[in-house]
Amino acid sequence: MSGAATEAGRTLAMGQDEAVGGGRRSVEAPFGKALARLGQSRPDIVGLTADLGKYTDILPFRDAFPDRFFNVGMAEQNLVAVAAGLARTGKVPFATTYGVFATRRAYDFVAIALAHSNLDVKIVAGLPGLTTGYGGTHQAIEDLALMRMIPGLTIIDPCDATEIEAATEAIAEHGGPVYMRLLRGSVPVVFEPGYIFEIGKARCLRQGSDVGIISTGFMTERALDAADALDKQGISAGVLHVPTIKPFDAGAVAEFAAGFNHIVTAENHVVVGGLASLVVETLFDAGIAKKVTRIGLPDRYIECGAVPTLQAKYGLTTDAIVATIAALN
Amino acid sequence: MLRNSPPDSADIGALERKATRLRRHMLTMARGQGQGYIGQGLGIADMLAALYFHELRYDPHSPAWSDRDRFLLSTGHYSIALWAALAEAGIIPVEELITYGADNSRLEMSTLDTTPGVEVIGGSLGHGLGQGVGQALGLRVDRSDARVFVELSDGEMQEGSTWEAAMSASHFRLDGLVALVDCNGIQADGPVVLDMEPVADKWRAFGWQTSEIDGNDMRMMVGALADARNRNGKPKAIVLRTLPGKGVPRIETSEKSHFFRIDVAQWDGIIAEFEKTMGAAQ
Repeated sequence: MSGAATEAGRTLAMGQDEAVGGGRRSVEAPFGKALARLGQSRPDIVGLTADLGKYTDILPFRDAFPDRFFNVGMAEQNLVAVAAGLARTGKVPFATTYGVFATRRAYDFVAIALAHSNLDVKIVAGLPGLTTGYGGTHQAIEDLALMRMIPGLTIIDPCDATEIEAATEAIAEHGGPVYMRLLRGSVPVVFEPGYIFEIGKARCLRQGSDVGIISTGFMTERALDAADALDKQGISAGVLHVPTIKPFDAGAVAEFAAGFNHIVTAENHVVVGGLASLVVETLFDAGIAKKVTRIGLPDRYIECGAVPTLQAKYGLTTDAIVATIAALN
Repeated sequence: MLRNSPPDSADIGALERKATRLRRHMLTMARGQGQGYIGQGLGIADMLAALYFHELRYDPHSPAWSDRDRFLLSTGHYSIALWAALAEAGIIPVEELITYGADNSRLEMSTLDTTPGVEVIGGSLGHGLGQGVGQALGLRVDRSDARVFVELSDGEMQEGSTWEAAMSASHFRLDGLVALVDCNGIQADGPVVLDMEPVADKWRAFGWQTSEIDGNDMRMMVGALADARNRNGKPKAIVLRTLPGKGVPRIETSEKSHFFRIDVAQWDGIIAEFEKTMGAAQ
């Protein structure tokens, strides 16, 4: 699963290492390893997948607990329905598939079978946003917007391997339905082991005075790198990391935004209905009028191609954040 | 109460009288609300009587008992029938039935899972069987011998998720799972919009131990349940041929039997007809 060096200009084959890194240390399969560790002390945890076990890092759990692992085949509606049934017998199911299938394909089941009854099921969704070159069929570019609309569903978009491990533990304790985006394979380490993740809490990772970057998911890694680069240009950028999309930490966002004249949002998602929309709604509700520049995917389907090429084309890179912010001043 | 009677000594006459009581409750509820999925409810009264007063293991004083047999009503809009059964079973008060469908009543016209005895939110069709598969798997992990019964309908077989669930149930060899397929021949746009026949062959082809019976014949109903109980290795499907409106000729012959809405005076006429036809049984 790990692997082949990413070559610019080449679409990766399914299962090839698509996680993104910038010369950082990385951890293989942080989600699957964390879940397998949790399984030791939590006999109520069960694992499920829909023919994407290899590609969603859950095999360490299957190997440790074969009697508590169920592969339902290519059937995402059934994946969610079966997970709901397991939850009703006191289990805590972690169900993996790709984000596109967990959302567009199984939406009614997530909404009615899980969230309506507040069942304790965790959906862990691979290939979030632009982390695959497979085009619109596989790129979950609007999953956060779709899932936001489901009452009671907690939504997590982790930044790195450290946060994936911490979030896996936190959602296992949460007691309600969760949708978590999965960075799979070799996942960069941005946060050191002391990093604390709490559901619903945003973290100010860097103070600044000129521009405030509010980011989620792997865009926080790039935002931090961009802030370093901007510093050298004499631009002081703060970074607020918002790994929980729902419930949204409106208080922290409003407080952070109050300190800047200009806010930049950065997300691995369309700029419709995700982080950017949440920030704008939050500021409006708080009566804070600021300029907001939105970095994210445009409101269109993305083509096939090599991930680095596509991320560069659509502005999800450190360089693109630097260029956008430098142009503001 | 663990089981209502020894499983192999069913009192068919007593179960038929129970079915009549369920139908009477349903007619009273429908009269109060003026409308309802009464056709389907009357059609599955015999199945519910056989389940709740012969086959299922449950404790009415502890509806959430972890080793109970589960009954999932996937067609949530048949709730009128489930409320009647839960009331007769002692899980909800009989006096509460008159609130069916009223504002603030917990006896909804389509089931939510907030009322005791309801195992699943039905009504968004194609949800029940997959959740039954999950419950059967969970019970297996716990080494419980409790079983899972899922009612679904012929129209519901048009939802693809039904077949996703059917595939997985046979893959996992869930022999404690029983699908009760209510074939009443009606759906929202009228007589079954897509021909689902041969229904039993479809379930067999998906790896299920399948039987096919007259769903309004109590002796056959009890026999099919016993047969399902005594076979191992596969999930079971019982294909029930039911008559919508069973017991009330005026509903049995109505073209509107999918959803029945008439005024109170007409309901009184229907109830009188029912008592004349079925009431003699009790």
